[in-house]
Amino acid sequence: MSMTLTEKLLARASRRERVTPGEIIIVEPDVVLSHDNSAAIATIFGQLPQGRVKHPDRLAITLDHAVPPPTVKHARNHAEIRRFVREQGIENFFEVGRGICHQVLCEEGAVGPGLTLLGADSHSPHCGWLGSFGAGIGRSETAALWATGELWLRVPETMRIELNGSLAIGVTAKDLTLHLIGLLSADGATYMAVEFAGDGLAGISPDSRAVLTNMMAEMGAKNACMAPDEVTWAWLEANLARTRPRDFRERLNYFRQAALYPDPDAKYALNHVVDLSQIEPMVSCPHAVDKVKPLSALRSKTVDVGFIGTCTNGRLEDIASAAEVVRGKKLAARLLVIPASSLVLRDAVAAGYIADLIDAGATIGTPGCGPCMGNHMGVLAPGEVCISSANRNFQGRMGERDAEIYLANPAVVAASCVAGKIIHPAEVVRAGDAK
Amino acid sequence: MTRTAHRVWKYGDNVNTDVIFPGKYTYTVSHDRAALARHALEDLDPVFAEGVSRGDVIVAGRNWGNGSSREQAVTCLIAAGVHAVIAVSFARIYYRNAINSGLLVIECADAVEAVESGDDIEIDLAATRILVAGQSYAFPSLPPQVLEILDAGGIIPWLGGRTLA
Repeated sequence: MSMTLTEKLLARASRRERVTPGEIIIVEPDVVLSHDNSAAIATIFGQLPQGRVKHPDRLAITLDHAVPPPTVKHARNHAEIRRFVREQGIENFFEVGRGICHQVLCEEGAVGPGLTLLGADSHSPHCGWLGSFGAGIGRSETAALWATGELWLRVPETMRIELNGSLAIGVTAKDLTLHLIGLLSADGATYMAVEFAGDGLAGISPDSRAVLTNMMAEMGAKNACMAPDEVTWAWLEANLARTRPRDFRERLNYFRQAALYPDPDAKYALNHVVDLSQIEPMVSCPHAVDKVKPLSALRSKTVDVGFIGTCTNGRLEDIASAAEVVRGKKLAARLLVIPASSLVLRDAVAAGYIADLIDAGATIGTPGCGPCMGNHMGVLAPGEVCISSANRNFQGRMGERDAEIYLANPAVVAASCVAGKIIHPAEVVRAGDAK
Repeated sequence: MTRTAHRVWKYGDNVNTDVIFPGKYTYTVSHDRAALARHALEDLDPVFAEGVSRGDVIVAGRNWGNGSSREQAVTCLIAAGVHAVIAVSFARIYYRNAINSGLLVIECADAVEAVESGDDIEIDLAATRILVAGQSYAFPSLPPQVLEILDAGGIIPWLGGRTLA
């Protein structure tokens, strides 16, 4: 019987020949992700009789949500996690400053083609751009997974999104995801898997592919994925050579053996076809991600601050596009830029993007989640309007109930900070040329 | 079997975890029941935390609990004494967290439509029906593997662990 990519991944993770949508299965994930919430999970874990993590080599813990710690309470939380990591012998531990869990685990090759990740974080579908299964879970079940190595999952129906053609200049994967979420709504893929496919994928960069799978969390998806192709393998080879020079060839071979692909005649519960050339820059308006409007319909909305970063849009391509817009200009609104990882930061410095941003007046933060969920520096004041490259704009999300958050692609965020109002980047670049 | 009447707090569609339990507290409030209860629905309904009584139920529209995976969005309601959440549909991580923490979650669009805030309802789990003003609304039962976890009071007690006070 034919299977979708998600069904194949779950069959492998449950050591079965095949799985069928609707079934409850027991999976043994290859990777269990957690972050600053690991101390709270460890407290729950402490209530279980096991006492030891069953497979310490399958855990991956990253300190990213409030880094460096802004308060003694947060610092104590990190200290508790370090103690647990030492006691349990967890080697995949990534310290303050390394970056956001989803980005770091891809860069490090902790997750990759064919593998299954369950993460105590709602953006865990992120790693699906590498051909993995990634789904978010809660703290208690993460504690249970640490103890037993397995967890129940319902096999989801799959929605296939076929991408054809190519995006116009200045239109990004973020705009595509906002378009999809606006079209299908915030619960358009609830309980479902999303599988991206189509000729259009070949023209979408690795940094942008991660946006696609990451943002499907905002459509309610359980996981989102795409089959690995030449772009995937080239990215893996280049990144693993940097992060694990000693064993990257073995790791690549392991991924090549594990890689899975959907059957050509797999059955999909829903099919959507997208002509990429028809997508235009989009903005998500307060206070829901699916309140999406074309940028062209949002003229002259004044902004106080911009934020470029997060697991969604804090990669090199995002910082490059922002630097391009602000180069040689001065910002009218504050702009906070937080690279998604230390590698991204290093590359952005080497390419001169960080200098461009600083010269324009931007603030650069430590790689991590920043103010995305209102935990860390860069939170908003009452009445402030923020334009952000992040993934959520819910009321109170950035720490203050009476603030407004607009979501857009990083170039639109940068341009809006130059102009002090929401604006198309082309207008800012043109205005600069005329001077 | 005697059934208990539960008072309803009704909310709309797409209520997200940031308004159920604000993200700014996620790494400072984890297991302290009083603090969890104090922040329940803080950015959705400022009078809820003070007004809620043990045994009350939340009734909501589509996609209750979308957004973050933070479990406090479930445990803050348990701490506040909420007996169940009845919704048209749930975001998937919220649904899992509820079952794994022992909070009863029921999908029943007809019952949602039939009630308003302040109404009394009854839940007949054995018959998988919700009773509202003499009317009865059926809801689908959970898969047996999942029901077992909920019956145990959550995944931790199901695995033989203790529940945090």
